[in-house]
Amino acid sequence: MAARRLVAVAVSGAVHLAVGSRLENVELVRAAIDAVLDGFELDDDTARQIDLAMREAVVNAMRHGNGDDPERTVEVDCSVDDGVLTLRVRDEGPGFDPESVPDPLDDENLHRTSGRGLLFMRQCMDTVDYTFRPGEGTMVTMTKAIGPSPRRARPMEEE
Amino acid sequence: MQISARHREGVTVLDPKGKITIGAGDVAIRDAVHEALDAGSKKILINLNGVSTCDSSGIGELVAAYTTVKNRGGELKLCELPAKVSDVLQITQLITVFEIHDSEDEAIASF
Repeated sequence: MAARRLVAVAVSGAVHLAVGSRLENVELVRAAIDAVLDGFELDDDTARQIDLAMREAVVNAMRHGNGDDPERTVEVDCSVDDGVLTLRVRDEGPGFDPESVPDPLDDENLHRTSGRGLLFMRQCMDTVDYTFRPGEGTMVTMTKAIGPSPRRARPMEEE
Repeated sequence: MQISARHREGVTVLDPKGKITIGAGDVAIRDAVHEALDAGSKKILINLNGVSTCDSSGIGELVAAYTTVKNRGGELKLCELPAKVSDVLQITQLITVFEIHDSEDEAIASF
């Protein structure tokens, strides 16, 4: 059951979420991130880039990290500090070395049907960093400047 | 995502609407292209006008569709790319792989 595998802890401006490796749970992650971003005036492009990067990272973790095993969880941490969004996704897989993925922009790889997720993430976010240890899963940390929240940026307006 | 097929001047035109993303449309593209090929169509045009988002899986499916059609002696072209999809094809350098037309009329005339 999806609900059994879902743990979410929301504190002010941050969320921690653990979901089983089912594609439909990507929408739960989306909802949690939306909650953190509530109050920020993101333009459409920024919102789309964050959504796309999140999906690529979470799907990678579920599919390539956890082998689509619904009993294995993907943990997501999302927070905003000083106008910078940090999105961290961790799986329980064997450990993934991003250097092992063939460059999708090489002519010989252009016709491959997979291997572009990391490229999308790097394009959408300001930084993308992987840490992995064999047997201990992979953690990807992505950041993106999104500006201060309107509540902090603007003093209270007079009626 | 929804996808429908229509026929114009000997060309099968596919109209995906919504997201071409993993679990939401990537397989639908594959199925629609295979259906067109099985029905004997060799000229397939995907009009991307109604597509809102395309992720790496969606791009993978477009590449797979291109290769499948080519291997079966047909042609697959794209037209009316929204800026978001066009950006994605630029980023992935697939803009050089696909034949892309601004308008559907132009694309139909090119087959």
